[in-house]
Amino acid sequence: MLSIKNLHAEVEEKKILKGINLEVKAGEVHAIMGPNGSGKSSLASVLAGRENYHVTEGEVILDGKDLLDMAPEVRAREGVFLAFQYPVEIPGVSNINFLKTALAEVRAYRGLPPLEAREFLKLSKERQALVEFDAKLVNRSLNEGFSGGEKKRNEIFQLAMLEPKLAILDETDSGLDIDALRIVSAGVNKLRSADNAFLIITHYQRLLDYIVPDFVHVLYDGRIVRSGTKELALELEEKGYDWLKEEVVV
Amino acid sequence: MSAGIGLYEQLIRQYRGGSAARDKAFAAFKAHGFPTVKDEDWRFTNPAPYLKDDYRTSVGCGSRASLEDCICRCRVEGWDAYQVVLVNGCVDLSLSELPEENGITVRSLASSDEPTLEAGTYPFADLNTALHTDGLYIEVRAASRQAKPLHVIHLYSADAPAFFMPRHHVVLHRQAELHFMESSACTTGSEPVLVNSVLEGSLEEGAQLTHYVLQSGRRGERMVSHTQITQSRNSRYDNVTLCLPEADLLRNQLNVVLDGSGSECHLYGLYLPGDNQVVDNHTVVDHRQPHCESNELYKGVLQGNAKAVFNGKIFVRQIAQKTNAFQQNNNLLLGDKSLVHSKPQLEIFADDVKCSHGSTIGQFNPESLFYLRARGIGEEKAKELLVQAFGADITDRVSSEAVQRHLAKYLVKERPVIHTQDVPHVEHI
Repeated sequence: MLSIKNLHAEVEEKKILKGINLEVKAGEVHAIMGPNGSGKSSLASVLAGRENYHVTEGEVILDGKDLLDMAPEVRAREGVFLAFQYPVEIPGVSNINFLKTALAEVRAYRGLPPLEAREFLKLSKERQALVEFDAKLVNRSLNEGFSGGEKKRNEIFQLAMLEPKLAILDETDSGLDIDALRIVSAGVNKLRSADNAFLIITHYQRLLDYIVPDFVHVLYDGRIVRSGTKELALELEEKGYDWLKEEVVV
Repeated sequence: MSAGIGLYEQLIRQYRGGSAARDKAFAAFKAHGFPTVKDEDWRFTNPAPYLKDDYRTSVGCGSRASLEDCICRCRVEGWDAYQVVLVNGCVDLSLSELPEENGITVRSLASSDEPTLEAGTYPFADLNTALHTDGLYIEVRAASRQAKPLHVIHLYSADAPAFFMPRHHVVLHRQAELHFMESSACTTGSEPVLVNSVLEGSLEEGAQLTHYVLQSGRRGERMVSHTQITQSRNSRYDNVTLCLPEADLLRNQLNVVLDGSGSECHLYGLYLPGDNQVVDNHTVVDHRQPHCESNELYKGVLQGNAKAVFNGKIFVRQIAQKTNAFQQNNNLLLGDKSLVHSKPQLEIFADDVKCSHGSTIGQFNPESLFYLRARGIGEEKAKELLVQAFGADITDRVSSEAVQRHLAKYLVKERPVIHTQDVPHVEHI
């Protein structure tokens, strides 16, 4: 589904990604771990098309299409979804109108008419339940005054509504208490299917207890320095990152 | 010969006298003439380009069908209101649905309705005081309120360059309430139209006036308006002004005098000028008595090479202790050549008051824009949502949901496209 080859990127002429290679197949969950500043969130930003990141080398192909050529909204319509590490508050834009607009645009891109009001409401109710998202929040301004946990849950609610092919969760677990973590993870697990894939960026092994990955990659200094299965995450939890850093230097 | 001389001569010749107030205003205008950029109040908006046309003060108006069509466009869906229609500044009873309640009088302005606005400070208002012939008079009896709000629709229609000077008077007696909205629009045509209107309002003790102003124009339309509100004890005045794009010039002078303790006013404005348009809002809030409150929030979204001016003055007189006065002006500059002059002014002579003012000028928050786009919303649509959100602070102040929906709709539909690539560059005058 997703093929990243030799991806280099920089921000303000500072090299952040230095040759990432990654293959993600439909139905898979990949976890990306790594110490602070290793480039995890930058990778998410580059994939979603954040403007201040400049790709200097390499390619990213999603189902045969060159992702790097597309505007952020086109990537989203093609099925890329980024759950933000810091979801933005936008006072004055209602959550539900925002979702209605987003869903209509995504559907239009796929040649589908917008959902009827009733169908939309039904879908919204169903997906709210899936991530236990408070119905009261749905009609409020987008993320305005939401707690950290509510914002993250809103990200997963949006994910559930938009049904992307590739979901990138950028430190969705940060700032979540245990209960919220369990709810968010349960939501993601229910959304997993043979047709979609998840890229989960996290600092901690804890999230991976709930969302069990097929592969774990360690990012360090803009490169994937180690890949393995879920056992690698346990090993990292135990030993930290230093042994990997040393290996890289050697 | 400077601009406006021809018009000035023509107007001076028209004066027929009539009352002491008119004489005084006429003398003031005659001595000063039209304002120029040398007048502090007009420093950022040069009136000269709007005074050059060969205006006539008496013109034929458009067909009835075009008027009716325009009224339909002004109506607010789902808002049950009485309706007063003025065509070129004169009440047209055949197009109006006046209230038949006891507590309210709605009629044409009569010659006995003496102007009270003091002459000498505002040349356009002086000119209006001297020369106005018609307009609207609304009076609400003590302690009465109407079952329905009142929608005042000003239509301007001309087959030649035209200059109109309507004069309106609103009187609310003790504990009276009035809720009214003014919509102004030009019917079809493209001739230059200059409207120089004055509205005087007086609120007696405990009166409450809710006043919405929706200004939608067309190219060639220039509107200079003066609103003068005087408030007595414990009265309340709410104003929401929405300046939509299209008109060449919208210049509003909104003055509120808090002349009785315990009175309050709330002034909200949203202006959305597009290419080659100028919107200029001058407000004055004069705290003349203690224990009064004023709130003011004006927001602007500027596109292309639009120009806007916000000048908000607050005076707190020495006697006006325990005053609360707040003022804020926020601007979104979307065009590379958009320009805003924001000038908040506070003059405080009392020492036990709470006052603040502030002004911001900015662009879209790139993070908000990216967030919306990352959900599949196209850039233009995302910007539209953000503009709506920015304006919602103002449109949400309108208590009627039907009117709120009406304004929100206008906000999107009437607004020119945000991107400016294919717009030719035009220098500001």
